[in-house]
Amino acid sequence: MERKSDKKTGFFATLQQSPSTDEFIKGLWRENAVFVQVLGMCPTLAVTNSATNAIAMGLATTFVLLMSNMLVSSLRNFIPKQVRIATYILIIATFVTVADYVIQAISLDVHKSLGAFIALIVVNCLILGRAEAFASKNTIGKSFLDGLGMGLGFTFALLCLGVVREILGSGTLFGIPFFPANFQEWVIMILPGGGFFTLAAWLLIFNWAKQRKKKVVQLDNKEIAA
Amino acid sequence: MNADSLWYIFINASLINNFVLAYFLGICPFLGVSGKLETASRMGGAVTFVMLISSMSAYGIHALLVAIDAPFLQLISYIVVIASTVQLVEMFIKKISPALFRALGIFLPLITTNCAILGLALFQTSKGYGFVQSFVYALGAGLGFTLALVLMAGLREQLDLADVPNVAKGTAITLLIAGILSLTFMGFAGLGG
Repeated sequence: MERKSDKKTGFFATLQQSPSTDEFIKGLWRENAVFVQVLGMCPTLAVTNSATNAIAMGLATTFVLLMSNMLVSSLRNFIPKQVRIATYILIIATFVTVADYVIQAISLDVHKSLGAFIALIVVNCLILGRAEAFASKNTIGKSFLDGLGMGLGFTFALLCLGVVREILGSGTLFGIPFFPANFQEWVIMILPGGGFFTLAAWLLIFNWAKQRKKKVVQLDNKEIAA
Repeated sequence: MNADSLWYIFINASLINNFVLAYFLGICPFLGVSGKLETASRMGGAVTFVMLISSMSAYGIHALLVAIDAPFLQLISYIVVIASTVQLVEMFIKKISPALFRALGIFLPLITTNCAILGLALFQTSKGYGFVQSFVYALGAGLGFTLALVLMAGLREQLDLADVPNVAKGTAITLLIAGILSLTFMGFAGLGG
């Protein structure tokens, strides 16, 4: 009984503390799963040939990440250390099965175009990584925020790729024509090679921005020193 | 060529629809362990072995699940089989070659979360392959994975000598090379005839 109330105060306390918002924000940008940590590459490249697919995949992953993070976190004191990875995988696989059937019920078209990649959410390194690195050590409240932030960051990254690939590869955005009728599609962008190239281009842009920022900071420091 | 012939299944899995370069399965080890040729080829061997075992087990499990009418258990039972096979391989490699064990590092237990293996099990089920066909499919997929990994490792070893612009260093240049490799593999599409 005492333990239960302990957890509860812990839960509310984390929500009230300001660092908890940081658990949410960090997944969106600073520790973005795709652009910074380079995790979960397979779905990132495979299903981003249209913006709709990218959003569906991102939301499904967010759901699984959120649920598994919360369950792992609430069971973290009961899971023996030796079998923890197997336990996490089982928990994740259960939620993925749920997500698979839910997507099938909502839209058969989306289910068809995502294909085996819904089932493959199980082996998304991002989800197992968060369970192992975060949820197994933190309270439910924190894990919830972490899962939500990471999931939305992942969705954002998928959308970045999906939008570029759909506009250039099919000349549409969310299925609506984007260019005048005589636009010649770059078929390569919706083929596998295009996925690699688009992600490489985004990484180049981010690296460039990061280095530029570093240079500005260095210049500022020099000015201050002078 | 007949789409069900064993030779076609093999070529299809290894070259035409290469798991890494056409299906984007197993990208994590593809980017992570492709730094050195030696490590890459052994990693390929380990993955091929796990693929063969889990593909055969998946065939049995699928038959069992159909018999007891519980298709929703498919995903969970596949992943359990894969996880235990990986554990077996891990113990085996640790015993045989501690040096290789250290070189593969974190990527060895991560074979469990290699999408190529679970993907293989799911694809062979949805394609309705028989036992021999599944075996050949797994062999082709494993060798295709090894081929992609070894090609990439060779290219990256050469790349170490090249003058890469600062912004592109690391993942970005690797992805660019992977994209070009993927374009090259599209050339195999004609083999299916």
